[in-house]
Amino acid sequence: MARVGLSGNYAIAYAVKMADVDLIAAYPITPQTTIVEKLSDFVANGELNAEYINVESEHSAMSACIGASLTGARVFTATSSQGLAYMHEVLFMASVLRTPIVLANVNRALSAPLNIWNDHSDAMAERDSGWIQFWASSAQEAFDTTVLAFKVAEETRLPVMVNIDGFIVSHTYEPVEMPGEDAIRSFIPSKAMLNRVSPRLSYSTGVVGPPEYYYEMKYQAVDAIERSRERIREMQATYNKAFGRDYGDTYGYFMEDADYALLTMGSMTGTARVVAEKLRSQGEKAGVVSIRTYRPFPSDILERLLRGVKSVGVMDRAVTPGGPVSPLLADLASCLYGFAERPVLQGFVAGLGGRDVTEDEFEMMYSKTKDAGKSGHAGQTVYVGLRE
Amino acid sequence: MSKQNLKGWKEIPEGGMITEPGSSVGFDVQAWRTYRPVMDKSKCTKCGMCWIYCPEGAIKYNADGSYEIDLTYCKGCGICNRTCAVKAISMVKEER
Repeated sequence: MARVGLSGNYAIAYAVKMADVDLIAAYPITPQTTIVEKLSDFVANGELNAEYINVESEHSAMSACIGASLTGARVFTATSSQGLAYMHEVLFMASVLRTPIVLANVNRALSAPLNIWNDHSDAMAERDSGWIQFWASSAQEAFDTTVLAFKVAEETRLPVMVNIDGFIVSHTYEPVEMPGEDAIRSFIPSKAMLNRVSPRLSYSTGVVGPPEYYYEMKYQAVDAIERSRERIREMQATYNKAFGRDYGDTYGYFMEDADYALLTMGSMTGTARVVAEKLRSQGEKAGVVSIRTYRPFPSDILERLLRGVKSVGVMDRAVTPGGPVSPLLADLASCLYGFAERPVLQGFVAGLGGRDVTEDEFEMMYSKTKDAGKSGHAGQTVYVGLRE
Repeated sequence: MSKQNLKGWKEIPEGGMITEPGSSVGFDVQAWRTYRPVMDKSKCTKCGMCWIYCPEGAIKYNADGSYEIDLTYCKGCGICNRTCAVKAISMVKEER
């Protein structure tokens, strides 16, 4: 297993190369660009035998991916922010048409104001598109998750989005352990997809679904992502065993006996763990839960992990303007609502538009979460680091 | 589309694929209509313009050279009515 220094973006590009994709259709956008730049190098140098389509927009990128995927090709695209938003309507088609596309979304704030830095508003706006969503918090996880994404996509015949935080993960160089290409290819062998468009078969896809049929066709995709929950866990376990990892849908840190926990996604997980270690050394029963599989939402695991915890500080790097609470908090609250014993949930919004979230701020969030747990009541959502 | 022939989500091919050609034959659009075309065969000159222009292929050509409207596929757009040179097709409001 080679150990090399790679940025999060390059880690994804190498994973895609090892997956031996047949087609890449992408449009450059910061901070994703270096993924598809690297892939175009691989194709131009003959290191990767794939079609590389320079499309004129992200809308076309996703459309080309759907078309190619329907022929049985293994396809990949990458985007960020406005690019993902531009794909919006086509994303919903990819899931219902059951095309196993892998998309790397390098999370970046949505305009306005124009901002190229990290937050999660791009992916959060697509959480109802029927895509499986994975979140990786390091270059190593970005590599591993991308490999797994191809497996999951093709086994469930659903599109998979791999999210990494813009710049924080995408442009930071870290040591990455990469298994050999042979090992990766035996984990995700090329195989003929079902639903192949071919001159030998006659059928229509992308058809009109009148009121008599739309509901049933849509429900197929709803059922598929529900059923993917168990399958993802099995494939994750197989990957872990083959490559010596310990990934799951969520990652609990000090959760065996935690009284107060912070819930994170993406790169904030690392800082939260460092702060939890510090708090533990001060005798605090602090814990961290990070979500890696956001769709399908790991409700059952979260309920189990948070049983006995007094309060949870939920950290959202996105907002739902005018909504009851920010997106991740809303998801957690609705998954725990049915349980009589549930922790107090304190909401935090932090790091919008690439604002750094410091260790001191994590300590403040922990302290507010603890206060909420002690009083039994959560306060209003705290907008961390916002100047008045 | 008669209710008893409708397939459930488990019976439909994955991804809503249509595997049998010509499935739109089973698609009844009568409920879309506000006006129904009524042909006066005594005025019809059998020129075939309505047959050419009907966007739904809802006008049938009979062996004797006459034309007939198949209301199962007629959405009531009125193009036949506008096209007919001798005004043999009138539009009548659908009422119960």
